[in-house]
Amino acid sequence: MTELLRIEGLTVAPVAQPERRLVNNVSFSLKTGRTICIVGESGSGKSLTALSVMGLLSPALKRTSGSIVFQGQDLAGFSNLAMQDIRGKRIGMIFQEPMTSLNPVLNVGFQIGETLTCHLGLTGKALKVKVGELLEQVGIPADRANSYPDEMSGGQRQRVMIAMSIACEPAMLIADEPTTALDVTVQAQILRLLADLKHRMNMGMLFITHDFGVVADIADDVVVMFRGEVVEMGSVEQVLGKPRHPYTRALLDCVPDAEGRKPLKPIDYAWLNEVSA
Amino acid sequence: MSDIILSATGLTKTYQQRSGRFGFGSTVVKALDNVSLQLKQGTTLAVVGESGSGKSTLARCLLQLLPLDAGQVIFEHVDLATLRGDALRAARRHLQMVFQDPFASLNPRMRVGEIVGEGLLIHGMGSAAERRERVLRMLQRVGLTAADMLKFPHEFSGGQRQRIGIARALVLEPRVVVCDEPVSALDVSIQAQILLLLKELQQEMGLSYLFISHDLRVVRHVADEVVVMHHGRIVEQGGVEQLYSDPQQEYTRNLLNSIPGRHRAAEATN
Repeated sequence: MTELLRIEGLTVAPVAQPERRLVNNVSFSLKTGRTICIVGESGSGKSLTALSVMGLLSPALKRTSGSIVFQGQDLAGFSNLAMQDIRGKRIGMIFQEPMTSLNPVLNVGFQIGETLTCHLGLTGKALKVKVGELLEQVGIPADRANSYPDEMSGGQRQRVMIAMSIACEPAMLIADEPTTALDVTVQAQILRLLADLKHRMNMGMLFITHDFGVVADIADDVVVMFRGEVVEMGSVEQVLGKPRHPYTRALLDCVPDAEGRKPLKPIDYAWLNEVSA
Repeated sequence: MSDIILSATGLTKTYQQRSGRFGFGSTVVKALDNVSLQLKQGTTLAVVGESGSGKSTLARCLLQLLPLDAGQVIFEHVDLATLRGDALRAARRHLQMVFQDPFASLNPRMRVGEIVGEGLLIHGMGSAAERRERVLRMLQRVGLTAADMLKFPHEFSGGQRQRIGIARALVLEPRVVVCDEPVSALDVSIQAQILLLLKELQQEMGLSYLFISHDLRVVRHVADEVVVMHHGRIVEQGGVEQLYSDPQQEYTRNLLNSIPGRHRAAEATN
């Protein structure tokens, strides 16, 4: 397994307040064929970490230090134009809201095709065939290429988003809460589809979620973030089974279990500050 | 056997939906199709279902916030549909609701003290000083302070806003509280706090909860009894232990099997 992505000492802060570190000294690496889950509460910095990799940070924020090495190249030095050649081609992306990520006035076939024309120069008949293949890969009949987003369910739209993200056979897929807006049965289908595609296309997957159930389902490795920092990192068996950091343990104590009724224990932040100091 | 505080029989509600290319056609959507349930005094009845299953319509119909096409809602031996005006308002004092979105359900132009005290004012409960005292006690009970009474909703976090929403519902000392997805917008650590708070308040005030949720893990934790809805119908209902350990219907089994964390989606690597 080759190393696909290595993040080292990544720090992100508002341009106006460089001392307020929203992401603080984050380091981890992802290998080909593996899935790494970043898990944390809102404001923990998990989405900012993913946006940094894609070079999509808001102009008000800045990567103040650290390196992001993808397939041996440090993306930090890349211009926006150079990043455009990476995004969508070598790194695929899926976002949370399949309702708002698609353009409502273009049919889904066109939107999947755009990526292929843009990055691979496909047009005409070849493009049409490839779009059909992609739709079938994500479990949608090829003739639905002419459908508009509003004619599809939430799960189907997320499948379309996935088809777009894998169109150029990227080496890595970044999925930011891709199932959060979906019903639980649809969520299970989408997770299975992503795991299956990752396996077949031998991609590395960076998966962001706040749901420990989803982590248990899909992760090989887990990174737990809290207040912008990585507090714990390890295999899914270790982090969920034998968590070492008090924050991870406290967070797991908050998660209700479908198997039985264990007492919920809300996080005592005063205690947490004490033990992590 | 505990007493039945709220019971519904044969609830039916249909919507006309525009359809066809330019919306000239219309189709009838059955949001509730002959739904019957019973809530026992002091217990929690959870209604679970996916989007579009009719669970939120059910909540609104139970509280007479939406008119029913057919069916009957009996609260403390009175048919709510027969009540009008003052009598209905008086009954509603005992039927309160906690909403899903703590950002949308609090008026941004009102101070927290006014938001929580408005119900007392409407129902003419107590003098101004007494009302203020009750609002303060309720806010303190849900973990807020006297100083918070003068603040506006935007000054609070999501979890604190949900506490305000709970205080608003409970300051009237209702008998039944309908909680419509009360924790689904919250982080899991905050979710745990709110679930514990709701449980404590239920015991202290003898409340009966109708708890609407799509999260089967949360329902497993809070419910005494569970109703599973799909396409406006009840597919299965029963005690929480029995329903989770031995579901009778294919739909329920499928739903329970989809709970994340039970089956690895990822194949074994290497």
